[in-house]
Amino acid sequence: MKSRTIKVDYLARVEGEGRLYVRIKDNAVAEVRFSVFEPPRFFEALLRGRKFTEAPDITSRICGICPVAYQMSSSQAMESVCGVTVSGPLRDLRRLIYCGEWIESHVLHIYMLHAPDFLGYEDAIRMAKDHPDVVNQGLKLKKIGNDLMVLLGGREIHPVNPRVGGFYKVPTKEDLLRFVKPLQWALEASLETVRFASSLPFPEFERDYEFVSLRHPDEYPITEGRVVSNKGIDISTDQFLDTFEEIHVPHSTSLQAKVKERDDYLAGPMARYCNNFDRLPEVAQKAAKEAGLSVVCTNPFKSIIVRSVETVFACHEALRIIKAYKVPDKPYVEVPPKAGVGHGCTEAPRGLLYHRYEIDDAGIIKDARIIPPTSQNQKAMEKDLRQFVQKNLDLTDEKLTWQCEQVIRNYDPCMSCSCHFLKLDIQRD
Amino acid sequence: MTAVKKPKLAVWKFASCDGCQLSLLDCEDQLLAIAKEVTIANFPEASRAVIKGPYDISLVEGSITTPHDAERIHKIRRMSKCLVTIGACATAGGIQALRNFADVNDFVSIVYANPAYIETLNKSTPISDHVPVDYELRGCPINKYQLLEFITATLNGRKPNIGTHSVCMECKMKGNVCVMVSSGTPCLGPVTQMGCGALCPSYNRGCFGCFGPMESPNTKSLAAWFERLQVPSDDIVRMFRGFNAYAEPFRKESEAHEK
Repeated sequence: MKSRTIKVDYLARVEGEGRLYVRIKDNAVAEVRFSVFEPPRFFEALLRGRKFTEAPDITSRICGICPVAYQMSSSQAMESVCGVTVSGPLRDLRRLIYCGEWIESHVLHIYMLHAPDFLGYEDAIRMAKDHPDVVNQGLKLKKIGNDLMVLLGGREIHPVNPRVGGFYKVPTKEDLLRFVKPLQWALEASLETVRFASSLPFPEFERDYEFVSLRHPDEYPITEGRVVSNKGIDISTDQFLDTFEEIHVPHSTSLQAKVKERDDYLAGPMARYCNNFDRLPEVAQKAAKEAGLSVVCTNPFKSIIVRSVETVFACHEALRIIKAYKVPDKPYVEVPPKAGVGHGCTEAPRGLLYHRYEIDDAGIIKDARIIPPTSQNQKAMEKDLRQFVQKNLDLTDEKLTWQCEQVIRNYDPCMSCSCHFLKLDIQRD
Repeated sequence: MTAVKKPKLAVWKFASCDGCQLSLLDCEDQLLAIAKEVTIANFPEASRAVIKGPYDISLVEGSITTPHDAERIHKIRRMSKCLVTIGACATAGGIQALRNFADVNDFVSIVYANPAYIETLNKSTPISDHVPVDYELRGCPINKYQLLEFITATLNGRKPNIGTHSVCMECKMKGNVCVMVSSGTPCLGPVTQMGCGALCPSYNRGCFGCFGPMESPNTKSLAAWFERLQVPSDDIVRMFRGFNAYAEPFRKESEAHEK
């Protein structure tokens, strides 16, 4: 029988360098590969011998799209080694800058990277010719996320202000109040975004995922919580490596995470949403329901709606924090180094980001381990691809290729993040 | 009226975090205007569409760390009229150049269970070590306004108005109180090229050199000041060994303090 190959050598509209490959034989999917060919940068190795206070600055360079996630996971891991807890307004400010990153990253993905797929455009710039209002709204909304990061971090990419223990400098109440009006507009625009996203045409596709995310007693999770899943995981962050493992698969040059004793899992907006719908503010719950989402969403193509709902949450949460803000006495808590091991887990825009460090009495890093969301999702992505292709063999090559790209883009993957511990694929043409 | 052919812009990625090319998408107020003036011909982070070269402007992000990339940059050079390196990775080798001070095989075996599969070069090197570079934009990340200035200047056939003086000067112009004088915080501002707007001192911390060494920096004198502030030599090594560790003046100064 005939064999057919779907191949994308350089996947566009994702962060970093990845490729996908699907081989179909006798009308059945024979092989599926999603591989990352980012050159490795060895972050875990180069962190050894650096000071524990340098980890937020160094690890933020793993990813230009979600530097705050790296700064927060590493800071919290270091604080946990040293037995320090950051609370009150400093903790709120961490959540606030993280809201900025969620808005910026989600809106970038929704409008610039993903919407063009659904509407049949190569990119947002071409889409802007026919839909200028949509693209302009996206750009304006994204900018508000970036502006928040600039205020609290100094700049939107690799902010300089966050540190182990808090911040170098905290904003005044007036600084924050200036954001009320733009954020009120952003909240409305994000509700509009939910409506826009839900109007897009979605392929029929559902899968029974294991959703892994943080869960907090009374907040929608961003900066902390227990690691939970809809299939029974409920652990503290220091048990992460007891529950999850990374495996080598022969056909791919990358390491893939899985639940020990089980299989692939999904981290990211759909997982957070499913595990924490009850923690969303009413405005976000209502928007989700009106968009036709139930409390669990198992169609990965609809992750664009879930991201929009989370953008509503992030705008709402930012407004809440700003209104309640009281300037702290000191911009940071002293964190004297103490030998030991610590873990940090926060919710990057694209999913759970785990850090583990061992430091000595002088605060020098002895060992580092970082597991970014894209590595965790890689196995789920391949499984989606396999099942999606099997169900859509009647599509033309062109259509199937584009939709396969979309299957990957559903995850908003970040190869720059994952590459530092993925194997290099040397099979590049 | 004759149609003027729009210049073609391409964006290329090597070992990097994507942050510098993201700066272009972060120009929310200017992006659509830029797209009217140039054809975004090859920019995978933003578009599926690929228009064939040659390209008028190639923005190159990232450092060279693999044998394959060492070849790929030559192909890109051949297709590019003007090749611009953007950011600390492309201009100096980036944070991944810390391997240059160690044995890369040790690095590989720390991170990977099966080192035999990893094909990597011993050093992470800047683009200019491999091909001629027409212009460089510094920073970790670059300043998006410098990027806009570069694009605007190039489209108008003039020289970009981008300074090469120190962060120290930016601080003075901003009216910042000197963190080193007032609180004894070690700061790389006196030897680091401007471009960030003296960000770190504005947030009460010392500069850590994102924009790399300025023209003829006096690193030796600055290091002597650090010693007077009782900064241990290990810390001096780490300060110069950051995101621009492999830029020559910083590299030499860090090596001078190594035990």
